[in-house]
Parts: sequence; C-alpha cells; structure tokens
Amino acid sequence: MIEIRKLKISFNSHVVLSHVDLTIENGDSIVIIGGSGCGKTVLLRSIIGLIKPDAGTIRVNGEEITRMDRKDLFRIRKKFGMLFQGAALFDSMTVEENIGLALKEHTDLSADEIQKRVQEKLNVVGLPGIEEKKPAELSGGMKKRVGLARALIMDPEFVLFDEPTTGLDPVMADAINHLIIETHRKFNITSIVVTHDMSSAYQIADRIAMLHDGRIIFSGPPSAIKKSELTIVKQFVKGSGGLIHGFESS
Amino acid sequence: MWMSFWQWLGQRTVAFFREMGTVSILLYRILIGIPSIFRDHHLVLKQMLEAGVNSLPLVSVVSIFTGAVSAWQAAYQMEGLMGGLVSMNYLGSGVSAAIFIELSPVLVAIVIAGRVGASIAAELGTMRVTEQIDALEALAIDPVRYLAVPRFVAGWTMLPMLVVYSYLVAHLGAYVVAHFLLDVSTSTFFGSVQRSFSIYNIFSGLVKSFVFGGGTALIGCSIGFQTEGGAEGVGKATIKAFVFSSAFILIGDYVLAMILF
Ligand SMILES: Nc1ncnc2c1ncn2[C@@H]1O[C@H](COP(=O)(O)OP(=O)(O)OP(=O)(O)O)[C@@H](O)[C@H]1O
Ligand SMILES: [Mg+2]
Repeated sequence: MIEIRKLKISFNSHVVLSHVDLTIENGDSIVIIGGSGCGKTVLLRSIIGLIKPDAGTIRVNGEEITRMDRKDLFRIRKKFGMLFQGAALFDSMTVEENIGLALKEHTDLSADEIQKRVQEKLNVVGLPGIEEKKPAELSGGMKKRVGLARALIMDPEFVLFDEPTTGLDPVMADAINHLIIETHRKFNITSIVVTHDMSSAYQIADRIAMLHDGRIIFSGPPSAIKKSELTIVKQFVKGSGGLIHGFESS
Repeated sequence: MWMSFWQWLGQRTVAFFREMGTVSILLYRILIGIPSIFRDHHLVLKQMLEAGVNSLPLVSVVSIFTGAVSAWQAAYQMEGLMGGLVSMNYLGSGVSAAIFIELSPVLVAIVIAGRVGASIAAELGTMRVTEQIDALEALAIDPVRYLAVPRFVAGWTMLPMLVVYSYLVAHLGAYVVAHFLLDVSTSTFFGSVQRSFSIYNIFSGLVKSFVFGGGTALIGCSIGFQTEGGAEGVGKATIKAFVFSSAFILIGDYVLAMILF
C-alpha cells in the first residue's frame, strides 16, 4: 500500500505539488490524469524517492520513505518498476543489457537464464529479435516498449508508468493498454499509470485521480468521473481543453 | 557598489564551500564503495582500458616531445647563459630530474584531465540530463557504485602507470635530441642520468600522479552528476571539468612540492 499525505514539492519557490493526499491500495490500478506540467511526473518520481519533498510523507507498505537512508531506499525500490516518460534507456548498452541489467545486478541467474527472460519480456511487448540493437537505433515507440520490458523484468510489486502510450500508434497503444491490464491481473501488480489519454484511462483504471493546481481534486472510479460536477474535471474528460494548468500559467 | 561586491564574494565563497562539501561526500561514498570493484571488475577493466590503454598514443606524443624540448632547452641554457662553464656531462642529470619530478607527472595529468576527466563529465552529464542516472536509481542500482567507483579506480591506478611509461618515453626523446643533435655520447648521457637518479624522485612523481589521477576522475564524476540543462549544460560541464581538474593539478603540484621536498 502506498499512502501519500500532505505532500508538498517545490523547485526554487515554484510550488508544483502543494498538498497531495492519495492512498493506493495493493492490487489497485490507478490512473493519474492532469494537464501538461501539473506535476504528474514529479509525483511519480517522488514515490520512488528520486525527488525529496519539502514536506509531507510517503509510506510504502507502512515504511516512511522520504527520510530513509539510501540503503533502505534501495531495498524499497526493488519492489518497484518504473517506465520513464522518455524511456531513459542506457544508451551505451544494447536492448538486452538494458532489460537484463536489474537481473544481472540483483539476482544470481546465469547469463543464459537472463537472456531467456529478456527474450520473453521482449515478446510480451511485441519486439522480438531486437536484443542486439542499441537504443539510438530504435524509434520513440520502440524505446517506450523496451522501457516497459525493463520496468517489468523483476516482476515488481508496484509499477509506475509515465505515459506508457504516448507516441504509439492507436493499435500499439491499445496493445500496451491490454498488456498493462493483463500484467496487473496476472501478477496482481499495483499499477500507477500517468496518462493524458482518457480512453486509455477508462480501459486501465479501477480508479482515476485528477491532479490540478498541486492537489488531487478528484479521485474515484471511471464511472464517477463522468458524472463529476467539477468544471475542470468535466472539461478534461470531454477534452475541451481551456483550463489546463500548463496553458493557464504560461 | 561595494555592497554588491561583498555580496558577490560572499555568494562565491558559499558556493565554493558547498562544492567542496559535495565533492567530499562523493569521495566518501566512492571510498566506501571500493570493495565492490571485485564484483564489478568488468566495469573497472573497461574504464581502465578507456583511461589507460587508449591514452597511450597521446601520452607517447606528449612525452617524447617533452623530453626532446627539455634536452634542447637545457643545452641552450648551459651553453649560452653559463658561458660553456657547465659541460654537457650534466645534461642528462638536469633533464632527467625535471622529467621525474615535474614534467611527466604534471603534463600527463593535464593531458588526462582533458581526455579522461572531460569525457567522464560529458558522459555522466549526458546520463544525468537524459534521466539515465535516475533510471539506475529506479532499478535500485547505486550510480556511485556503478558509474563513479570504476572511473575513480581507473583514473587513480592508470595515471601512475601512464607516468611510468612517460618517464621512459621522455628519456628516450631527450636522448635522441642529445645524441643526434647535440653530439652527446650515449654513455655520457645515461651516465649523467644515472648520477642524478634517485628513487625518491620517482616516488614523489608517483605520489603526485596518484593524487592527480584520483582527483581528475573525482572532479569529472562530481561535475557530471550535478549537470543540469540539456545539451548546453553538458557542454558547460565538460569545460568546467577540464578547467577545475587542471587547476587542481597545478595547485596540487605546488602543495605536494612543499610537502615532499
Ligand atoms: N528538476 C526540476 N527542476 C525544476 N522544475 C522542475 C523540475 N522537474 C519538474 N519541474 C517543474 O515541475 C512542473 C511539473 O512537471 P512535471 O514533469 O511533473 O509535469 P507533468 O505533469 O508530468 O507534465 P507532462 O504531462 O507534460 O509530462 C513543471 O512546471 C516543471 O517545470
Ligand atoms: Mg510528465
């Protein structure tokens, strides 16, 4: 279970998250929506301790991570997989080394076994046979899917997906959505997905939370969000734009 | 007007000590991470190859010309300024001592600062701005252990080896000039080298190169890890790493000379 309480994060006096409260139960599949620049990525990064908040607490299975030392933080991070918005593949390594790195570092598996598991995961994301390629040789969508394979390789308890379908064609986006749903069901993963794309959100989510102005302004099942009376939520859901935070402030 | 000067000076001083603090913390984390090199030997070997073996051509060129020019200049000084009072019997001694104590350790270190220190900063800086370092963290892999320790160990061990190699090549350069251009016989030249030879000179040269090699790699890693601001930031980090490590080498050389001699 992840419990976020009164989370506040700012960069040089620019407050990005002012007061975030969010509880994610084990086995949940939660989708976080919100305008561009509203702090969704910042929120995900803080959950695995890549950003230290100014105030507030984040508990993972009851353990407070914001004031943890590095050794304990690394122990917690092993429970997580993260797909970065820009994939963040290691560009000096091949696809196989990228995906297999965590296995190599954290397990005693043989090189053959690691190779086998990497191939399995590549098949799952629909990219068989690209083991030897370097990230520079891949398209944006392929990088995303390799990043997804890397995030899932350790069969983590929690997976954070930062815009998993952005930059993919509709067919592939649909396939990735199904992959997220499937891994979620099969391995009972807790998944936290950030997306702009409402149709993905409806497909994936047990629960949708909307981030706006540094707070969670709505949290509930997909059926409830359609009925929400909040103007901002309505506009976002209907895709009429207008009041999206990023445009508003710039 | 003055107020703003003092403000500026104050800010600079605070920034300097903050920087020193950051570097010290990184050094501490690298040092406690050193036992991991046995597990990560493939990473360390790769960096040693990069910092050491791949620097050989450059170090060869720098060393041979350093030896050659110092022999030529020493001969000029002996002939001209001292009116031929000092015989060419002392050419080897003077040149050799300079190579052992100063020339090889400092010049090789500066070449390495440009080649290895700057490339560490550029590589780690790029990894920082493209979130690859965050990705390592997210995979529960310590970037200090995985990236900084192998580079530090490689810089620290390979620079002394390059300096030893440079000793040989620089002497060769000096000998070629002395023998073929200045008509100093082989036995006179090496006899003279032998007379000034002292283990302590070699030892002090190697102590310097340990400090310079470790320092250059440490500065490159520290600046690389702190890079921000995209491609432009990486460019700035590269320059900064070279400037800081060169300054570190020259100032460190002075401080070590005070301590060692
Ligand atoms: N390292 C940083 N330093 C300074 N400001 C930052 C940093 N990271 C994020 N920000 C700021 O925080 C705000 C939120 O950024 P974030 O990346 O979380 O947005 P987002 O909701 O993920 O947007 P998008 O949907 O476009 O990815 C932005 O205004 C950004 O400028
Ligand atoms: Mg984002």
